[in-house]
Amino acid sequence: MISKARTILAPAIIAVWGAWSTPAALADNSLTFGLLMVGPYNDHGWSQAHYEGGRYVEEQIPGSKMIYIDKVNPADRAGVTVPMVVDDLVDKGASLIIGNSDDMKDGIREAATQHPDVKFVHISGDDVLTGKAPANLSNLMGRMEYGKMMAGFIAGLATRTGKVAYLGPLINEETRRLAVAAYLGARHAWTQVRGNAAEDFRFKVSWIGFWFNIPGVTADPTQVVRNFYDTGHDVVLSGIDTTEALIVASQRRQEGQDVYALPYDYVGSCESAPQACLGVPYFNWGPDYVNLVKAVAEGSWVQSWTWSGPDWRDINDKHTSAIGFVVGDAVQAEARGKLDKFIAQLGNGELNLFSGPLNYQDGSVFLKAGETATDRQIWYLEQLLEGMEGPSR
Amino acid sequence: MNRLREHLTDGLLILAIVVSFTWLLLLLVGAVPQHAFGHLLAGSFGSWSKFARVLNVWIPLTLCSLGLLYAFRAGLWNIGVEGQMVLGAIAATGVLRLGTESLYPQGYLVLAVVAGMGCGGLWALLSGWLKTRGGVHEIFAGLGLNFVALGLVLWLIFGPWKRAGIASMSGTQPFPADLWFPGLEGWRVSPFALALVICTILATVWMLNHSRFGLRLKAVGHNPKAVQLYGVAPNRYLLYAILISGALAGLAGSLQVSDIYHRLIPSISSGYGYLGLLVVMLANFRLLPIPFIALFFSALNVGSIQLPMMMQLDSSLSGVIQGACVMSALLVFGLRRRKQSSQR
Repeated sequence: MISKARTILAPAIIAVWGAWSTPAALADNSLTFGLLMVGPYNDHGWSQAHYEGGRYVEEQIPGSKMIYIDKVNPADRAGVTVPMVVDDLVDKGASLIIGNSDDMKDGIREAATQHPDVKFVHISGDDVLTGKAPANLSNLMGRMEYGKMMAGFIAGLATRTGKVAYLGPLINEETRRLAVAAYLGARHAWTQVRGNAAEDFRFKVSWIGFWFNIPGVTADPTQVVRNFYDTGHDVVLSGIDTTEALIVASQRRQEGQDVYALPYDYVGSCESAPQACLGVPYFNWGPDYVNLVKAVAEGSWVQSWTWSGPDWRDINDKHTSAIGFVVGDAVQAEARGKLDKFIAQLGNGELNLFSGPLNYQDGSVFLKAGETATDRQIWYLEQLLEGMEGPSR
Repeated sequence: MNRLREHLTDGLLILAIVVSFTWLLLLLVGAVPQHAFGHLLAGSFGSWSKFARVLNVWIPLTLCSLGLLYAFRAGLWNIGVEGQMVLGAIAATGVLRLGTESLYPQGYLVLAVVAGMGCGGLWALLSGWLKTRGGVHEIFAGLGLNFVALGLVLWLIFGPWKRAGIASMSGTQPFPADLWFPGLEGWRVSPFALALVICTILATVWMLNHSRFGLRLKAVGHNPKAVQLYGVAPNRYLLYAILISGALAGLAGSLQVSDIYHRLIPSISSGYGYLGLLVVMLANFRLLPIPFIALFFSALNVGSIQLPMMMQLDSSLSGVIQGACVMSALLVFGLRRRKQSSQR
């Protein structure tokens, strides 16, 4: 049946195909890698950061070529699954496939099992840690908790009302980890740098249900942010893939309200509303992507679980640092100085915000006094912390 | 012979309108039309694995379209087909969740499909009852129930059926492989699901075109008042029609869960219910063209993923082509009717 269908179909298709179009150049020996993005490649957020990372690889490694497909999620592309798209990318010659969403975990694992000769990277996943990953699947993530601490720190310096809000996506280990890091940074600025009482500080987390707005499915992030500003919060930290928080902040500023926002993910996120932006913690995927592509090209691939941090010598060095922070135009010189000092302290280990005593939201002990968190404790953070408002699970 | 020639002219006319319209549109956005069409073609029929993907869309789309045809025969607009598909998916998921680690996975699979059909049918029956008892137009009832179904599936995925620790748009925990709808090694589309659809097509041919039931359904659709004179209760036939319609949509939903996604996801219906409405309209509410039009639409859906990948074009072009097909078909059919009535 199959071979019959093939014999009938193939010549017909080749004939029509030949008559209609000039096929794209066949892949030569150069390395092609595929990038699957959950959102639009130009979202000024998570997906765009990956897209730029892929472009960086093309610049740095001559002969490398990216094929990308964006909006790979069941709401935008109904009926399209990750294994399907991977089949297609492999047909087009990709020998490394990067999937950029937490949501692609099952799909990437399935595809990796189906294509043992192709290498896979699942961003933000933990299949290598849990042992579920086949040998050709690695995980990569950036230590964004540092970026979030910086964002929180700036928010803690800037807030006048003492009420900071966090626009969260869905609830999982990663998002709890990042919300907590932002909280720790903000609380540090409020109490240690500004010398205010911890009781006067509020940190509220609201989750919309997904990484970006899906009308009718998630809570509308625009409405959630408006609600934050209407209830006395004057700085909003965004934890979602897109820039609604900054857009609302900018509108409110035009109406005369003294409020700010910090977007997330992408180095250029502030550009759409610089006067309302206190800064953006961003991912710089380029350097790690280059390492991965090189490893595949040279045949030196080893399965790995990589959690890349900032390059503390210069967190904004685009050739070395996986995590960076752009300070917004709205930040005063004095605050910039304090941030620089904060970053230096984080970098030289003088300051570790994940140190006890810290309690979970339900009052149980996370870290005893004098204890610091291990990577694993931070990665698999079980709850939000005491002092934060909003659901933990 | 004359009829056949008319159908052929209509078909060619529709195709010509659609192609020239799309061609112009592509030129307007600065793309090379023949490349776009080439990618669509190669992306859907270019290899067995791509064609298998087309068939995986064709299966639920054809089932929904066939179901819709029963409703249309009785003069009903079953817009609720999306929700009926979702309910079928929910029922199938519920059954399969019980079957995890069971010794008889096949039994649970059969049960899942049956439960999917049952729940889809009952959900459809709700709009049927609202129409026959409450006088609510089935379009409004169906739309309302679609929203309820969507709310239900989201609640289940983010609530009672969420994965351990996290709730995610990627859906519930995938089922173990022994609870997947059976396929054949290397086929990429389940021959059993294909067989199921082909049987449904044959059964529908018989039911609608050769049985007393089909005749009565048609009569109810044409003139519900007159049929009462012949002792046919129109309401009963309306309910039969929408029940079958919903059951087929529920079957499609249960296959989406057990055969395609192996779990319940928020957009489990993939919009095939609404697309099925377009298929049936383009088929001019006739049975025989439906499988072919469904195949064409499935190919567009699958092939269109090439456009963003190869040409940085938005894949919604396939939707534009599908919409243009239906609009020009309505135009051509309308003109044909006008010509015929003026000839008389």
